[in-house]
Amino acid sequence: MSAGLVILAVIAIAIVGFFVGRSRALNSAGGDIRQLHSLPGYYGQAVFLFSAVPALLVTAVWLILQPMMIENRISDMILPTDIAEGSSLELIMADVRRISSGLDTAVVAGALSEPEIETLNLDNTDVRGVLAGVGVAVASDIKPNVLDASVAYRAKTAAARGYMAVVSIAIALVGFAVALSLTKPDYRARNVSEAAIKSLLVLSSFVAILTTIGIIASLIFETSNFFRMYPAKDFFFNLTWNPQFTGGSDLGIIPLLWGTLYVSFVALVFAVPIGLFVAIYLSEYASSKVRSIVKPAVEVLAGIPTIVYGLFALITVGPLLRDYFAQPLGLGQSSSSVLTAGLVMGIMLIPFVSSLSDDVINAVPQSMRDGSYGLGATQSETVKQVILPAALPGIVGAIILAASRAIGETMIVVMGAGAAAKLSLNPLEAMTTITVKIVSQLTGDTEFASPETLVAFALGLSLFVITLGLNVLALYIVRKYREQYE
Amino acid sequence: MYDAPQLGNAMDQTTTKISARNVQVHYGDTHAIKDVNVDIDAKTVTAFIGPSGCGKSTFLRCINRMNDTIDICRVTGDILIDGEDIYDKRVDPVQLRAKVGMVFQKPNPFPKSIYDNVAYGPRIHGLAKNKSELDEIVEKSLRRGAIWDEVKDRLDAPGTGLSGGQQQRLCIARAVATEPEVLLMDEPCSALDPIATAQVEELIDELRSQFSVVIVTHSMQQAARVSQKTAFFHLGNLVEFGDTTQIFTNPQDERTQNYITGRIG
Amino acid sequence: MTDVTPTTSILTVDDRTRRRNVAEKRFRTYGVIAITLAMLALVGLMTSIFSGGLPAFKQTFITLDVYLDPAKLDKDGSSDLEKIRKVSTFGYAPLIKKALEEQLAKPELAVEGLKSKDAAKMISKEGAAEMRRFVLANPDMIGETVSFKFLASGRIDGYYKGRVTMQSAERDKNVSPQQLQFADKLKDAGLLKTSFNWGFLTRADASENRPEAAGLGVAILGSVYMMVIVLFLALPIGVAASIYLEEFAPKNWFTDLVEVNISNLAAVPSIVFGILGLAIFINFAGLPQSAPIVGGLVLTLMTLPTIIIATRASLKAVPPSIRDAALGVGASKMQAVFHHVLPLAAPGILTGTIIGLAQALGETAPLLLIGMVAFVREYPSAPPEGFFDPAAALPVQVYNWTQRADPAFVERASGAIIVLLVFLLLMNTIAIILRRRFERRW
Repeated sequence: MSAGLVILAVIAIAIVGFFVGRSRALNSAGGDIRQLHSLPGYYGQAVFLFSAVPALLVTAVWLILQPMMIENRISDMILPTDIAEGSSLELIMADVRRISSGLDTAVVAGALSEPEIETLNLDNTDVRGVLAGVGVAVASDIKPNVLDASVAYRAKTAAARGYMAVVSIAIALVGFAVALSLTKPDYRARNVSEAAIKSLLVLSSFVAILTTIGIIASLIFETSNFFRMYPAKDFFFNLTWNPQFTGGSDLGIIPLLWGTLYVSFVALVFAVPIGLFVAIYLSEYASSKVRSIVKPAVEVLAGIPTIVYGLFALITVGPLLRDYFAQPLGLGQSSSSVLTAGLVMGIMLIPFVSSLSDDVINAVPQSMRDGSYGLGATQSETVKQVILPAALPGIVGAIILAASRAIGETMIVVMGAGAAAKLSLNPLEAMTTITVKIVSQLTGDTEFASPETLVAFALGLSLFVITLGLNVLALYIVRKYREQYE
Repeated sequence: MYDAPQLGNAMDQTTTKISARNVQVHYGDTHAIKDVNVDIDAKTVTAFIGPSGCGKSTFLRCINRMNDTIDICRVTGDILIDGEDIYDKRVDPVQLRAKVGMVFQKPNPFPKSIYDNVAYGPRIHGLAKNKSELDEIVEKSLRRGAIWDEVKDRLDAPGTGLSGGQQQRLCIARAVATEPEVLLMDEPCSALDPIATAQVEELIDELRSQFSVVIVTHSMQQAARVSQKTAFFHLGNLVEFGDTTQIFTNPQDERTQNYITGRIG
Repeated sequence: MTDVTPTTSILTVDDRTRRRNVAEKRFRTYGVIAITLAMLALVGLMTSIFSGGLPAFKQTFITLDVYLDPAKLDKDGSSDLEKIRKVSTFGYAPLIKKALEEQLAKPELAVEGLKSKDAAKMISKEGAAEMRRFVLANPDMIGETVSFKFLASGRIDGYYKGRVTMQSAERDKNVSPQQLQFADKLKDAGLLKTSFNWGFLTRADASENRPEAAGLGVAILGSVYMMVIVLFLALPIGVAASIYLEEFAPKNWFTDLVEVNISNLAAVPSIVFGILGLAIFINFAGLPQSAPIVGGLVLTLMTLPTIIIATRASLKAVPPSIRDAALGVGASKMQAVFHHVLPLAAPGILTGTIIGLAQALGETAPLLLIGMVAFVREYPSAPPEGFFDPAAALPVQVYNWTQRADPAFVERASGAIIVLLVFLLLMNTIAIILRRRFERRW
């Protein structure tokens, strides 16, 4: 019985339980629902929950534990001599899983029968050929022990599945019976059902935490693997980035970090003044008509996916800068450059800076403006000397958030900044960033367990730490700022 | 004041500082002020009283063109200060407001130091040649605001850290720092406790010697205590204007009578 | 009024005020410049994308009558489908060449110096494959002459879109001026036409050297699958989490942690979610690469904070009096929330969800890491199995095409962006309509 069938069976029992529970509640009250503590549906729900939840939990735990336990047993069947040079027990176990699922496929396809499998050995059957016939490719030659292990693995898995089906369905039935026996008029069925729903709500709010844990765990786990192959000191302090397929790569983060910061800096140089002035103009000067046109237009800029900006950098801004600035000035030949990526990223960040600044500028109370105008200040004097100083913490928070966005941005730099890791000051030269290298190292052809690939996780961790730090700082500043006016 | 017009004691009592002729104010479709004519004397405290929404604050804000900052507000008619129409095209409201200071309902110190709050006006209008002159102006203004003794040791502390009454006196000090000739006060005590109110009222009485003060107030007792002249507004009309004692003891209009005795309001 | 002349008249503007007013104007001009720059950027961006991408929606086709020669397609005349199937697309190419030769032989179409071998290159390599599909579907048509509407090759197509000119053709080894002359003559003869390119929306991706056949079908399908997954996971989880945090959660360190956590997740770079997807869903859980299920899960995690933040805002906007009213007639807290608060908050939740989905639709970086850049020619099957089949996604397809050498792919990439933007526009319009229609002010 497959896991899916077991789950379906449990749910079927639970659904039957719902109706039986509801009618039993009604009967127990003699058809008069006023005699019941809760509405009849809640009694049904209680039975449903008692039947389904424990059984499904057991099934889930079983599904996770079963392969581990079986593999533990099976791996004893593989002798050290079976492990070829350059291979490992894990790779062999992957083969075992593959072959055993291949045997399943073969049985379904009719290429093998169950009795044949029990007596299967390499002398009487071309296992590889049979498996290839049903579309399962096995890389190397199959060793006798591996085959035996596969057959045993398959048998044990099938047996365990059987036990699981029996146990799960039994638990479902027990739950069904218990819940039904509890179904009496004064039974607080609604409270039971609501408690269950509430725990579902709590579980959902865990997803956010689990995501964070998942991110941190996966980053740290693979990063530690990386540091086992490549010294952390070199990663943080080596000034060259030069990955080699053959090994002996230089994987220093410094040039990437430099590119990241340089591009982000250029982006902020464009985005902060423009975004800030847009926000000031819209909140202090613009007539409602201008506002009603410009504000949505700026929001459109915010809703455009970064891939669009990336393409804009690639096909328009890059060639433009190359033909009209880089080449005439003799500063570079490439259309991807720090300036290209920075300029386009600046455009992307304008709405980000302006809408956040707009919020904080509007949070400055009107009485401040009145006070200043009442003293005979002009609007610009009021903005410069009263509103901006008052809104400064909020604006600083917005700029930090924008910086964090710029540092973590991927598509624009992938398509606009270039791929060469360089420590240069020339903004018309191609440079590369942390995010570009994460993409290129993880989408390349290198083996996963090599430092050249795993370095992406170390880069990802660095990126995560930097952006997290900036976000927390910005949130802290903005929160402090809000308190000031609340 | 740069050089107050010295026209002799006899004249001084009757000098008209502000005169309004046929002033109408519209807020969008609402007719907020209807045909107001009033002459406000120099070096006098004039109180505007009336029920909420009667237009007294709106009229006050016309006198230094604060209504300009509201898009939908339209003012017609003439308001003359020293015989000059403040709604003349040639008038820069920025310059006007230096001459006609304003204190608001809620104390609104800037989130800056006490010193910078007071120095803000003189700085933007360029009233001080150097730092020591500025220091002098700040001290003089804080003394006029009757708050110097309380803050002289902490001029660098933020103005927002003061108590409500202190903040309002700071705002008054800030307003007088630009050497205005007229001081408009929009319910300056409504956010204050009784003790702070008493201090501010005392201050207003002292300010009379140097400025023409116009104060909008909700409290008839306050009007009676601080003002020499009182104007009663009702539904956008100026109903009655005269000496405070006369308004409170012998009102000519029935509506004023009703308001004073608490029948409308 | 007395005749008093004050020392400073307000009717004359003093120097200082004049200077201040100049500064005021300058400052205001900065604002206007900033807005102009932002608007110019928007216009430039849109112009660049639309001028580059609109041609992708048109396509040049060449109509040819091809004789399905039995001698080539069905050598022994057995009409056995198995045997016909053995003839590869290479077997079909000569038929097209022959058909073109016939056209070249016509005096009004003849072009000096154009070999039929080169003329055949004007038809997309996809043409032979299409013909083969047709023959396999209709084996009884062998021996007949059938009219086919072939895709013109990328360069010929580019000629009619202004990308290729006679001058550039002289330097290009993939196209010659003679071919272009022949194309012009075919056009005059009505055999070459430009029409709307449905294939761009329905075809699968095509390989490097046949940009004219590349379409967005698989990518649109993949994106739709992922959006379905995001909708069905992120909406319930997000709403449930928000209800707990807003209505039930006690104020303690744990809920604080969850809150800080959610606002931080909203600001984590998207590529980090890609790393998470690769490490957890593919390497740890063993889900297949390039599959919509993995992309959907990653995007779900990314969208959750958006939905949670929007849902909490709309739950907060429901006044407490509603809850009090329900509790006052004896409803349980859960009933109050599910019967009253949630329905009232629903429009806000839906709007937030659609905006979250729109964000997810345009997200590219994380999908690159979970293998969605792979070249996928097969349509995924119907859900739910299809969720596990390899597929592309709209924004990734754009990236994919920009990485190819032929400039025709740049046009396709811009065209794909237009499709993406149309989807986004649709979603945002729905969100705005929902908000306008159902927004309630308390």
